Amino acid sequence: MKLMPCPVNGLRNISEFICGGEVEEMPNPDTGSDHEWAEYLFMENNAKGIVREWWMHAPTSYWFIAERNTATEEIVATYPSTELFNQRVEFTQANTSDV
Amino acid sequence: MPLGLLKYGLKKAHPSKRHFNTCSDLKPSYDVVIVGGGGHGLATAYYLAKEWGITNVAVLEKSYLASGNTARNTAIVRSNYLTPEGVRFYDESVKLFQGLSNELNYNILYSERGHLTLAHTDAAIRTSRWRAEVNKHLDINSKVVYPDELEKLCPHLNLSQDTRYPIMGALYHPPGAIARHDAVAWGYAKGAFERGVELHTHTEVTGFDIQNGKIEGVKTNRGNINCGTVIQAVAGASSEVSKLAGFKLPIKSIPLQACVSEPVKPFLNIIVVSGSLHVYVSQSSRGELVMGSTSDPYPLYSTRSTLDFKEELMTHLLELFPFLGKVKILRQWAGTTDMTPDFSPVMGLTPVQNYYIDAGWGTWGFKATPVCGKRMAETIATGKVPELIKPFELERFYRFEQVGERGAASVGH
Ligand SMILES: Cc1cc2nc3c(=O)[nH]c(=O)nc-3n(C[C@H](O)[C@H](O)[C@H](O)COP(=O)(O)OP(=O)(O)OC[C@H]3O[C@@H](n4cnc5c(N)ncnc54)[C@H](O)[C@@H]3O)c2cc1C
Repeated sequence: MKLMPCPVNGLRNISEFICGGEVEEMPNPDTGSDHEWAEYLFMENNAKGIVREWWMHAPTSYWFIAERNTATEEIVATYPSTELFNQRVEFTQANTSDV
Repeated sequence: MPLGLLKYGLKKAHPSKRHFNTCSDLKPSYDVVIVGGGGHGLATAYYLAKEWGITNVAVLEKSYLASGNTARNTAIVRSNYLTPEGVRFYDESVKLFQGLSNELNYNILYSERGHLTLAHTDAAIRTSRWRAEVNKHLDINSKVVYPDELEKLCPHLNLSQDTRYPIMGALYHPPGAIARHDAVAWGYAKGAFERGVELHTHTEVTGFDIQNGKIEGVKTNRGNINCGTVIQAVAGASSEVSKLAGFKLPIKSIPLQACVSEPVKPFLNIIVVSGSLHVYVSQSSRGELVMGSTSDPYPLYSTRSTLDFKEELMTHLLELFPFLGKVKILRQWAGTTDMTPDFSPVMGLTPVQNYYIDAGWGTWGFKATPVCGKRMAETIATGKVPELIKPFELERFYRFEQVGERGAASVGH
């Protein structure tokens, strides 16, 4: 069984984890267009090489970031998401009179 | 007898005839370039030449013909899908498959067996009923059967209620079939070749020449060529190739694994699928059990096999057929499948003019080979997307109009 290093729980069988997909910037919920949302939800980079993804350790519901090579299946690094997202995101309020 | 046969075989007097040749040099220009020499690319080439008289066509394949998923699949053909769009589409393919050996004058070993999708839960029974009703409404032979009838259809199936996941019933689809997948590709290749299509193997597409949003040429490891139209049919490599053309697809490349057992006496003349147990199995004409499983749990561009896949598959298989405990596995492999979020394909127009796509075939695209070739050829020849494949256009994702086929496509093939 392949092992994955969870930043909190250490080395675990890969079957304990769930892949949550590529790390991508979410459109602003207040201002994002339908097109931007479709792009965000459905379109994939699906790169062959090193990708940055969300993963979850299912038994502990702990979400973190993994960098993984999709050509060689090597797990390059895993780290807490706070290393990437260390600032609070403030979404601007849509101007409802535009709608 | 064996000596006589050997002598016959070694004599120069009976050289075996090649079905088709692969070409040496690329021409400077083609009307249509087909990227990908799998079943879909070859079928498109065949129908372009046969039905539309378009023969200035090159099929470019980076390896040998049908080296991708076409030669890796478990060869199941059926049309008992869940959405009316899906059922209509796959039904046309089943009908084409039924006449394909004659059409191509090439034996594809099409064998109608019947197809059972087992249900182990109330929810699965409900989906089976739903599928049966959609199917019947569209004139497809499908019905829900219960253990008494299952016993007659598949006498060796373990119908005991003392198992972990007892069988409650099944969706029965008599037209379900298997075919020899290589023969499908070779038959189409032969038919296309005889009509003047060029087949270029070991020719990898590495880029495109796109001007003012329109395709003008193709770059390959053997030089550049001009072209009027491109069709991309590269399955697992779909995202990589579309990236070269400058657009993204709703596709993840995920391995699907399969295996075959050593040959055993014929006992299974029906295709058995269990969506809940992630098992599907049929017996080939050579006696091997052809078995598949669930997709890998994360994207990967790889065709490796894993032990945990086999352990899970065998655990569940032995629950269905406990007497197979001593049968050995002969071969195992995987293919890189192009999975879409709604388990339906992506066909038709792209953001690039004269650049057509045939992708998103995931774990279910072998059965679509004839209809896809036929309808993509029509799209190219007429410049119009036929009604039958319109629901599957790339644009559907931007309109939030997916064709949700998961209930009928995940694992069931
Ligand atoms: C294990 C397994 C079991 C399956 N079982 C079933 C089943 O029972 N029933 C069913 O209906 N479907 C099944 N499928 C799915 C089916 O095999 C595929 O959807 C189908 O074969 C796709 O055909 P294709 O011609 O589009 O792709 P492929 O056969 O993969 O052909 C694509 C070709 O493109 C080539 N290529 C890639 N990149 C380039 C490039 N840059 N330049 C030139 N050439 C390139 C590749 O080498 C390849 O030969 C299964 C798949 C797998 C992996």
